[in-house]
Amino acid sequence: MAGRHQAVSLDAEISVTVGEFELHLDLDVADGEVVAVLGPNGSGKTTLLRTLAGLQPLSGGRITLDGQVLDDPAAKVLVPPESRRCGMLFQDYLLFPHLTAVANVAFGLRSRGASKSEANDRALEWLGRMEVVHLAQSKSRHLSGGEAQRVALARVLATDPKLLLLDEPMAALDVGTRGSVRHRLRCHLAEFTGACVLVTHDPLDAAAIADRLVIVEAGRIAQQGTLKEITTHPRTTYIAGLMGLNLLTVSANGTTLTLPNGATLQAASPASGEMLVVIAPQSISLHLERPEGSPRNMWPTRVSEIHLMGDRVRVLVGDPVPVAAEITAVSLAELGLTEGSPVWASVKATQIDTYPAHGG
Amino acid sequence: MTAAERSRRPPVFVLVVASLTVAFLAVPLVGLLTKASWGTLWRDLSSPFALDALRLSLICSLWATGLSLVLGVPLAWVLARTRLPGRNLVRALAILPMVLPPVVGGVALLLAFGRDALLGRPLYSLFGIQFPYTTAGAVLAETFVAMPFLIVTVEAALRSMDSRYEEAAANLGAGRWRTFRRVTLPMIAPSLIAGTALTWARALGEFGATITFAGDIQGRTQTLPLAVYLELQSNEGVAVAMSLALLTVSIVVLVSLRGRWLGAIRP
Repeated sequence: MAGRHQAVSLDAEISVTVGEFELHLDLDVADGEVVAVLGPNGSGKTTLLRTLAGLQPLSGGRITLDGQVLDDPAAKVLVPPESRRCGMLFQDYLLFPHLTAVANVAFGLRSRGASKSEANDRALEWLGRMEVVHLAQSKSRHLSGGEAQRVALARVLATDPKLLLLDEPMAALDVGTRGSVRHRLRCHLAEFTGACVLVTHDPLDAAAIADRLVIVEAGRIAQQGTLKEITTHPRTTYIAGLMGLNLLTVSANGTTLTLPNGATLQAASPASGEMLVVIAPQSISLHLERPEGSPRNMWPTRVSEIHLMGDRVRVLVGDPVPVAAEITAVSLAELGLTEGSPVWASVKATQIDTYPAHGG
Repeated sequence: MTAAERSRRPPVFVLVVASLTVAFLAVPLVGLLTKASWGTLWRDLSSPFALDALRLSLICSLWATGLSLVLGVPLAWVLARTRLPGRNLVRALAILPMVLPPVVGGVALLLAFGRDALLGRPLYSLFGIQFPYTTAGAVLAETFVAMPFLIVTVEAALRSMDSRYEEAAANLGAGRWRTFRRVTLPMIAPSLIAGTALTWARALGEFGATITFAGDIQGRTQTLPLAVYLELQSNEGVAVAMSLALLTVSIVVLVSLRGRWLGAIRP
């Protein structure tokens, strides 16, 4: 495990068809690595986890974990879920409602051959590690969301999985408790030596917990890389939106960038061909009058939507360059903007980050 | 009276019909209770004739309930959890005895398990097993008629149970059998108990199929309902006493089921 080079633990080439839906993606995860799979609802994230856990057989491709083939339709290999070492933390935890917390944790140990007293001792030990040993005798339906998550995590980790699958672990929690639960989950995952795949639609979870991100859209990988790579150069509008960035597709000719609708922007550095442009909403300024001074890009437009986000405000403007600008609540009040207001938008050429639309 | 109260009053016509319905359901029971000779009730029930019927009814209905559990639960599981072809046909077949006149069921059983029949002949010549005019026949008739209640209840419970709990159990390393015993059965327990009670009550009251298929032999196939019917012509007091015993059982089952059903609704 602690070898000089990290061996790939999970090697999955996934191809599955469920009704109309198709999922095709490759996923490699090393021991000790946490990979977050992000995507909109219905993109195939949960289906991915179900194929890895053996709850959904592949239509094509192959899943190998630690050198053992788990699913390979071509070779007619399919290891049933109970014989895999792929522990899954289900979205709503699925603690058995008729059992106490300690019996829930002992269930997996008993299933894998531990004696009654041994299973009970180890279950209590795991509950202790998750700091919920005082809840050992509680029926699981009486636990709060955060408590249930810890018991469920104890239950899955107690079976010593080689691959840990987390399905939206924060989705069932109140917004107020998410922060502390996320922190705790990160601490427990740091001690986990196997491979881990975390499915979420919340970039905060991904940023806090994962080493690497895989973005899935419509059953395919849209982009993968570190959080930094993805936030600086998002490849799709979904990803840019997830990171709160403006993404435009342009064709570049020198420093002139032409949008599909014919509008142009000026960039600082020259480029050519099909390019993507990312503009941070904070670098777009809004003015009531045509601005004086340095910005090379300015255009009159109208406010289409206003979203309040605490003390910051997102103002979406319409054609010719539909983007979101982020300003303070104070500026919004000073500008007196409402939906439909005419406004001037400006952005410095140096704030326009251009990169090739394909590859990279 | 406020406008809201007036608008909520049900129509008088409906109330009248509903009251008649209640009377229709209640009067026969009242008749049974008033007709009973309470003084001789205990003596009537403890006559050898009644005791034979009571003992036989208990034995047969418990056997039929046990058989229904052993045979019915796996079928309910197959109907609820698999996608085998022909499931709907099998389900229809399983439910058929609920709507089939029991006497027709008895005739059908006779044609299948009679001594000269399709299955009856080899069973008799190979194993010496015979059903007509035996207690085994009475058990078979009761099982045939009562088992659908178990299948229907358990299948519905399995369907409404979140099967992801079974996936969670498999994910934790539990095989199919362990998952069924430790997760599925406890989670459908309220419905399983309700279905078992219903099945038992139906088996206990079985008349048509039993008398047609197994006959009416005291101590061997003459269960309580058969005894009641026979005694009504000669000794009404004993018939009423035995009817009261059956009524008491029905009420106990109903009351206990009510609690179970409410319990099953709670998450």
